[in-house]
Amino acid sequence: MDFSLGERTEAFRVQVRAFLDEHLTADVIERMHASGTFNDKDFNGALAEAGLLAGAVPGYGDRDPIELYVLFNELEKAGAPYDGLAVTMLVAGVIHAVGTDFHHTEVLERLLTGQFNCCLGYSEPDHGSDVAAITTKAVRDGDEWVIDGQKMWTTMAHEADWVILLTRTNPDVPKHKGLTMFLVPMGLPGIEVQPVPTMASERTNATFYSGVRVGDEWRLGEVDGGWAVMGVALAFERGVMGGTNPAVPLLNHVRNWAAEAPSPDGGTMLDDPLLRERLARTAMANQVSQLLTLRAAWIAATGGLPGLEGSMAKLYATERYQQAVGWFQQMAGAEGLLSFGVDGAAADGWIDYDGRHSPVVTIYGGTTEINRNNVAERHLGLPRAR
Amino acid sequence: MDLNLTEDQETIREVFAAFFDGETGPARARSAEPLGFDATAWERLLETGAPGMGVAEAVGGGGASLADLAVVATEAGSRIAPLPLVDHIVTTRLLARLADPSACNDDVLAGSAIVGLALRPATRGIARTVPNGAVAHRVVALDGDRLVIDQHTDNLLDAHLANHGCLPLAHRDLADAETLAEGPAAVAAHARAVDEWRTLTAATLVGMAREALVLGVNYVKEREQFGRPVGSFQAVQHLLADLPGLIDGAHLLTAKAAWAGDRATAGIAGTLDVDANDVTDFPVLAAMSLVAAGEAAVLATDRSLHVHGGYGFSEEYDIQLYYRRARALTWLLDDPARECRRLAGMFLAADDNRLAASAHHDSPQANPETGRS
Repeated sequence: MDFSLGERTEAFRVQVRAFLDEHLTADVIERMHASGTFNDKDFNGALAEAGLLAGAVPGYGDRDPIELYVLFNELEKAGAPYDGLAVTMLVAGVIHAVGTDFHHTEVLERLLTGQFNCCLGYSEPDHGSDVAAITTKAVRDGDEWVIDGQKMWTTMAHEADWVILLTRTNPDVPKHKGLTMFLVPMGLPGIEVQPVPTMASERTNATFYSGVRVGDEWRLGEVDGGWAVMGVALAFERGVMGGTNPAVPLLNHVRNWAAEAPSPDGGTMLDDPLLRERLARTAMANQVSQLLTLRAAWIAATGGLPGLEGSMAKLYATERYQQAVGWFQQMAGAEGLLSFGVDGAAADGWIDYDGRHSPVVTIYGGTTEINRNNVAERHLGLPRAR
Repeated sequence: MDLNLTEDQETIREVFAAFFDGETGPARARSAEPLGFDATAWERLLETGAPGMGVAEAVGGGGASLADLAVVATEAGSRIAPLPLVDHIVTTRLLARLADPSACNDDVLAGSAIVGLALRPATRGIARTVPNGAVAHRVVALDGDRLVIDQHTDNLLDAHLANHGCLPLAHRDLADAETLAEGPAAVAAHARAVDEWRTLTAATLVGMAREALVLGVNYVKEREQFGRPVGSFQAVQHLLADLPGLIDGAHLLTAKAAWAGDRATAGIAGTLDVDANDVTDFPVLAAMSLVAAGEAAVLATDRSLHVHGGYGFSEEYDIQLYYRRARALTWLLDDPARECRRLAGMFLAADDNRLAASAHHDSPQANPETGRS
């Protein structure tokens, strides 16, 4: 085995880090937390101009999945806004895999300027983990489709130019077989976006579709072939594009705090043996999370489909992050409860932020239970439990 | 980046998998209790050349890398082979690296003389709970800043200490031990050997964890309650579904530690920057790998035993053999919490060094938002 990234990938990483040093200012990070939208078009545009965006699109660019991992891992570790970028990569990858020339010109090429965005329209109010049961319907009318329904957790919909929308086109067949995917321009009449505030700083949305008419050219993949398109999208989503190293910036914030914070036992919190133990356990888990993610990227880079390995990386990384957040919240005591911008807040409010953010990581992008089901059935070969 | 074994390692894996399947395994581990040493299997192992394989060819060994040895250790661990192979190999490598490598003689390389390592510094002239102390003809220990070798072999078996994991543990009196080396070089040589022990023991624990999971999965597929296999219940499935990622993660970290150890041997310096999650420093990865693999093995054996129901607790089923050994090997060196505190000391010290260096070069302050300078 060889754990070095290799010259080319290392050079790419150096390039990404240099970009972040220059463009990821305190302003960008503050704006992201103040707005609750982890997407910054100026930042994205600069990334595109630096030539770092197009190359990383799965299958489309000249960068391999390990380099895609490197890009998102560096963004994540630096605390950069990358939610919009992750969706850009995912949708660009899907369009490259199943899209038409029209989709390339209208959507993919624009996405790659960093100035345009897409959002994900899969979940509905009554259909989350069981996403194949969604009911938003698309009915054919000549060369057009008429869409009616509601989507939930459409994060960034208020800034997005398109939504990648999973719809039901045939209610009379088993649920997986009657789905069709569309790219829908968000400016069309009949689309309404309502904000859904969360307990953390991030904002998400509910989106409503009422008699939305969209031409057949916006269909992505086959009619009733939406589940296959979902499969392509999920394979890109899980593991490689961020989400598995959130405890790297956490560790940094906590140890900087601990070096200054007086301990009630004397000295600073960095002298506290239990805190030191937990810093080390976090550093160890960060390494393991990185390796599990790199494995998924490496499998993709060598022609495999790392679905299960992505599930394992997500399971491990998200639970360890939550555990670490719980430890450090508890150890920071009252100061750890104080928020961004508040006098005396531990780690400038980051501990409160991570405490608010962490519950969602075992829910979005495939819940822990869905991932455990995947591992139990497809890796361990246990009988289907549902 | 390449996560495949090399062709040579694949061959090594196959050869040793076949050997440990044929000559060891749970039944042999059970019959070797309470001592934890199968003399017949060890005799057969000598024919494979394994005892000397970790020593450089220039000193008469097989020239295997730490990464190669980790592959062997994992195969041994999955069959809970009652053989002191990791301890012997680590000690041969220590002896061969000394300025005077003569203690790593032909008998030691062949394995007809078994050597072992006292992991913890001696206290009042006694090396306590030496992992293979009850079967090693020679034990290397650190006594103060002296690296010594004890060749006192009378009534070794009588010295065996009955223990949780049925390992061949014994205290060794160093009164008649000879000095091999002294001073900082001796302390560093011992530390390096213990780091190799951490890495190869982690590899052993990965093997144990993997097999414990297999035992649990196979059992819940067979065992029926309420008219269906207990493995069809989601509550049971989810206990087991956490384990593959945990075990694979420990395996990857252990393989990375072995890779870093081989790079250190080749004179390539490692990095230690936890803020960027860039760690290729061997001692740090060695410590992390033992903590991670210990945790994986302790949890995998616990969950697997639990899903066996009452049978898991009975002597008849193999899972209890894995359960006890996983704990013994995880806790033999030290409390993992103390290992973690030592680990924190290493990366916080690296941080102090970096800060001192950057102050010296008068570089700008790190950006408090991003940690980047």
